[in-house]
Order: sequence, then C-alpha cells, then structure tokens
Amino acid sequence: MAEERIIPAPPVNPESKPYWDACAEGKLLVKHCTACGKAHHYPRTMCPFCFSDKTEFRPAKGTGEIYSFSVVKRGPPIPYAIAYVTLAEGPKMMTNIVDCDLDSIKVGQKVKLVFKPVEDGSTQMPMFTPA
Amino acid sequence: MSINGKAYIMGAYEHPTRKAPDKSLTQLHAEVAKGAIEDAGLTKNDIDGYFCAGDAPGMFYAMGMADYMGLKLRHIDGTDTGGSSYMIHAAHAAMAIAMGKCNVALVTLAGRPRSEGQGVGTTARAPSAPIAEAGFEYPYNPALASMYAMCATRHMHEFGTTSEQLAWIKVAASHHAQHNPNAMLRDVVTVEDVVNSPMITTPLHRLDCCVISDGGGALIITRPEIAKSLNRPKVKILGGGEAIKHQNGGEFDLTFSGAAISGPAAFAEAGVTPKDIQYASIYDSFTITVLIQLEDLGFCEKGKGGAFVSDGNLISGVGKLPFNTDGGGLCNNHPANRGGMTKVIEAVRQLRGEAHPKVQVPDCHLALAHGTGGILGTRHGSGTLIMERE
Ligand SMILES: [Zn+2]
Repeated sequence: MAEERIIPAPPVNPESKPYWDACAEGKLLVKHCTACGKAHHYPRTMCPFCFSDKTEFRPAKGTGEIYSFSVVKRGPPIPYAIAYVTLAEGPKMMTNIVDCDLDSIKVGQKVKLVFKPVEDGSTQMPMFTPA
Repeated sequence: MSINGKAYIMGAYEHPTRKAPDKSLTQLHAEVAKGAIEDAGLTKNDIDGYFCAGDAPGMFYAMGMADYMGLKLRHIDGTDTGGSSYMIHAAHAAMAIAMGKCNVALVTLAGRPRSEGQGVGTTARAPSAPIAEAGFEYPYNPALASMYAMCATRHMHEFGTTSEQLAWIKVAASHHAQHNPNAMLRDVVTVEDVVNSPMITTPLHRLDCCVISDGGGALIITRPEIAKSLNRPKVKILGGGEAIKHQNGGEFDLTFSGAAISGPAAFAEAGVTPKDIQYASIYDSFTITVLIQLEDLGFCEKGKGGAFVSDGNLISGVGKLPFNTDGGGLCNNHPANRGGMTKVIEAVRQLRGEAHPKVQVPDCHLALAHGTGGILGTRHGSGTLIMERE
C-alpha cells in the first residue's frame, strides 16, 4: 500500500466546470451525444464523432476495467500507477489506480470508482481501485 | 500531383555537441544551419524557404530565427508535430519547391535540454489552462515515459511481447553507437544489461529510454536543377506522409501509432514497398516506440514486432533491416528531446555512402525515416519520409 501522492488541482475552464463541480460532490459524469448515441471522454461541447452540439452529461456507473497501466517507479518521490480504464459507458479515460498493491495490477482487471481530493481542495479526481 | 522527384536533400549536418552549456539556443540553430549550407556547397543568401518548429527560439520561432540569421525568405513553415516535425518539414519543403514557392529550403532543429536540466522522462509536462485535455490528464501525473510504457503494457498483453524482445532494439542501437565517436553512449549492451537496468515505469527500464542531449541538426532541400549543379550525392525525396493520432473521444488502441496512416501514404507516393527499403531510421524515444512503428510501417505484421526485432535483426551487417546506424536516440543523440532531424540525417548519410564504414549498408539506394512527435500514449504527430539515392 503506497503512501498517497499530492494531486495538483486540474485547470478548469467554462466548458469543463460542470464536470469538476460534479467531481467535487463525488459524482463522475460522462458526456453522451443524443444525435449519434455515443459517449465520449474527455467531455466536449461538440461530439467528436458526429460533431453535433446535442451533448449532455450523464452520471457514470463508476465501473470499468483496466485497459492499460504503468507503475512509475522512478522520478517522483512516491510510486503510483497511471492507467487507462475502459468505462462501463464505453470510452477509455486516463486515471490512477489507487488503494491497492501496485505490483498486483493487471490489464483487464475490474475496477470501481473512488475520489481523491486535490491539493487545494477545489475538487476531487476520479480514480479507480480493484472492484 | 505528388512530391515524388520534385526536390533533393543536398545538405545535412548534425551538430557534434551533446552538451552545450556555453552556447545559446539561437546560436545552435545558426551553427547547424551553417553546417548544412556548407555541406551542400551553397551560401546563406541562396536560402529562400525556412522551416522550423517550436524548438526554435525568438519571436514566433521562424521570425526570430530569420532575423538572427539575416534570411531573406519567400516561404516559411512553422509546422510543429514535436520530434516528427522534420520529416514533415522535408515533405512540405518538397511541396513548396514543386509549387515554385522556394528554391532552397533550410530546416533547422536545436535544443539544450541537457544543459537546462529539462526533459526528464519521469516528469509530467505542466499544461496551460486553456488546453482542453489538461484537467483530465495532468492531475494524474502522466509522466512522459509512462505514456509510452502503457503502450508497451498493452502490446505485451495482446501479443505476448516481452521485455527481452524490446531490449534487442537497444542492443542493436548500441552495436551501431560504438562506431560513432560523437555518440553519448558507446558501450555495447546485452539483453541482460537492458532488462537488469533499473525499472523506470513498468515495463520500461532505464535502458529502454533514449538519451537527453543538447545539439541539433539541419537540412538543405533544393529543386532538381540546383541539385544537379552541386557537387554532392543527390538524395531524392520520393514520398512523404503525415498523420495525427489522438484519443478519439476515448475510442483508441494503444498498440497502433500514426505510422499506420503516414507510412502507407508515403509508400504510395514513393511507389515502393517496405520490402524495398534497405535502411530505416525509426524514431526511438523508447524501445516500444520503435517496435510499434515497425509494425505500423509494414516491416512486419501487427503483433509480430517482438520476433522481428530479436536476434540482431536491426543490426547493420547482421539483420534484415539495419536501423539507426548512428546509434539513434537510444545511444547517440536526441537533441531538444526531438529525434526526427537526426533520423533524416542518418538516412541521408546512408544514401550518400557516408555512414561509418562499419555500419554502412552496401549500395544503399532506398531509405526511410519515420518520426513520432508528441506522446505515443495520448496524442502524437507522425511523419514518414522515403528517399532515394540518384
Ligand atoms: Zn455524436
């Protein structure tokens, strides 16, 4: 079990603010396009598949599986795991795998959502831990 | 319309420095420019087209450099796809020459990350606020090397690729670097040396990573009539391809790179196939970068890269596809954290017959240089350039 890394606050802009406001309340949102029916991540106003502006945030189930990962062992003071998790909604998202033995992480592993506060307390980062 | 045969690389110069604390960045750009101009047998005042990327200092890059060097330009191009910019610049220069927009194009790259203590692969690059993806990535600390490591993790998962296979890429580079007096790392290493070097970010070890070096390089590209008048071997540009691969809204496959798009485009324009290529400069920020690009360029099937690079297959005089005979970024030079320029330069050396005799490919008349700039695991620009000795 690794000590926790200090997490910098995400730069927030008007387009991403609803996402970070929801994270602050412990909710992960995924953008869905009502024109083509597809979900995407990171969230945009315009669907990156069909370019419709009929997009809306919906709450994510908070489950997924690890698509890939790497445990960073050198450089930062504390080892941590960077990963792409395939969300139940479809898109892959960059994240960290936390609260587990980092050397036991596997591709394809089922994971569930957890939140970790950022340094300035402005929001929380959605991360994943083995389900 | 095509760029095939419309322009020639007539000047190529790699700065011999690997650490330049006593030189300014602008000076390094000008020194490589001078080296390439003199290599071609031209003068500064012959240059009417200038190509550079974000590594160039000064106001908006090309403007600052044109001022410093006193260039009189009628064509400029500041395309920046990171380390692959220079393959794309060469192809764009051929386009500009074909359209009559310039006669003699200069391309420069330089940087001093080693002197400035920058570019360590385990630091994440801090974003500026308006970048759309910044908030969704930076807080997770996507260290540069880890974003290549994730591609390796997935490739290993899908295809059974091993750390020992990746290590062969470094081994081959080290066999070449031993003959390059300017190379940063000249010791021949073994597969065991690579896999026993410290783990940086799983599954990549220290020796899976490229060097961090100061220096640079430059190219001179001319129209055919000028090439004919010069007293240098003629390296004809046959084809170019470019692509940007990104996260595609969260639908992506880390086992592919943009080379799967830029490669076939370049081969089609050149009218040749991967089997015809006698020498390949392959971008080698990390060993996994090489393996994925070799597959995407069609030198072997997707998933078979591990077997392809093993047992010295990339070593000149030993294997089927001699690569990075200067030692590449893994052993020789990766100036400005952008390896594309040195890739084109070594391909030009091979086609001229001016590579080190121990690594020169006999009668080398067809070569490829390919670059991946940006970050393999998030978004990157790919540039492929195919060249022929005439
Ligand atoms: Zn859509």
